[in-house]
Amino acid sequence: MTTFEKIQEIIVDQLDKETEEVQLKTNFREELEADSLDLFQIINDIEDEFDIKIEFDEGLNTVQDIVNTVNTQLEAK
Amino acid sequence: MDNTQVTRVVITGMGTISPLGNSVDEFWKGIAKGENGIGPLTKFDGEAIDIHVAAEVKDFKASDFMDRKLAKRMDAFSQYGVAASLEAMKQSQLDTADVDPERIGVIVGSGIGGLETMQKQIIKMHEKGLDRVAPFFVPMAIGNMVAGNISIATGAKGPNLSLVTACASGNNSIGEAFRQIKHGYADVMYAGGAEASVNEIGISGFAALNALSNSQNPDSASIPFDKNRSGFVMGEGAGVIVLENLQHALDRNAPILGEIVGYGATADSFHMTAPSPDGEGAARAIRSSLKEAGIKPEEVGYINAHGTSTPANDSAETSAIKLGLGEKVAYSTPVSSTKSMTGHLLGAAGAIEAIICVKALSEGVLPPTIGLTESDELCDLDYIPASARKKQINYALNNSLGFGGHNAVTCFKRWEGA
Repeated sequence: MTTFEKIQEIIVDQLDKETEEVQLKTNFREELEADSLDLFQIINDIEDEFDIKIEFDEGLNTVQDIVNTVNTQLEAK
Repeated sequence: MDNTQVTRVVITGMGTISPLGNSVDEFWKGIAKGENGIGPLTKFDGEAIDIHVAAEVKDFKASDFMDRKLAKRMDAFSQYGVAASLEAMKQSQLDTADVDPERIGVIVGSGIGGLETMQKQIIKMHEKGLDRVAPFFVPMAIGNMVAGNISIATGAKGPNLSLVTACASGNNSIGEAFRQIKHGYADVMYAGGAEASVNEIGISGFAALNALSNSQNPDSASIPFDKNRSGFVMGEGAGVIVLENLQHALDRNAPILGEIVGYGATADSFHMTAPSPDGEGAARAIRSSLKEAGIKPEEVGYINAHGTSTPANDSAETSAIKLGLGEKVAYSTPVSSTKSMTGHLLGAAGAIEAIICVKALSEGVLPPTIGLTESDELCDLDYIPASARKKQINYALNNSLGFGGHNAVTCFKRWEGA
């Protein structure tokens, strides 16, 4: 499973969406109706999955933003 | 009498998620037949603390009752409470009625709150660190969230509270909601309790107090008033009833299932977990509910006892009933503990037992205390052993007694028309 696929799975589960709705360019606030609680929970689940720490003020808007942040963190490990 | 008319309060809807079924129909069918909702403890292995049975909710899928995303944001106690409220809302036809939402309130309590969530997140914090606690921990765990979620699910915008009085939470909630309507603060109230403590920390906690039955046999574990009773059986679920101003209910042609006419709330001021052995505190609550109902002790046709199956509760409660009604009347009043069938739902117990009182009045069926085979000299009332009794009655009392010495008694009346 790629980083994207793992993140996609977490978002699909938290927001109760279809897999096709969650793509790299998807903006999770605007297109997936995620509220702040959802975002905090998605970040928390991603941190658990990859065993990393994500600062929430990293300007995360799209799925691609999260994938980039996770990849940077993983490389730094 | 002065010319101010006392507001009467009726029940126009009921809902439950229970060890005997996930609707009032299923639940009452089980209760009236004397079925046992207690079975093997399946949620975890309780061998190490010698606990083998529980009254678990079966076949409950939160997404059958609410949006999956919404359900995911709730601890089980909230899910049970919301599901029960939606059933009650439907029966009372509040989902389609044109009612001012600001006049609809909620008082639904829980003995403990989101215990499963607390357990999970404390373990996670311990294993993964302080910065890994989930953001949903607080909104899922806090005990008031069942009332908050019910308001969101039903649109109720009036007074919204949760009260915590341990095993009396459900009954106190109903009593306090009755007063909200009686004194004019609301026209409609969702009232009851919800609990989900069939988990490691919940059961271990009560086991450490020696409060739980160690029986391996589901049929002889919760045996209220029996000489061999040795503790309660943990149950889970929720009960919610819709209370409504009588005139308000009549004006909108709501179904009227019964009436609530009295409420007594007292404290033992005695001990953290043990009831006052003479039942003095509970007896005052009984008398106070009769006084508000304006009835004599001999008019009580049935008492749904707290009857937990612990040695201390059942004898103290028997004394309380004698003290509250007078000894002679007590001996001729049918009393049963339906915890023999449902186990003990803690903060939801008084709420599902209120549903039983309303059904007992409307159906003319007094539910039994099953599993009661050997009488105890300290418990010598008419406990309706083994099977239900057909009897038309006019008034029923619902007793709930909680750790901390909380006593709540509500009085229900058979509905015969306005």
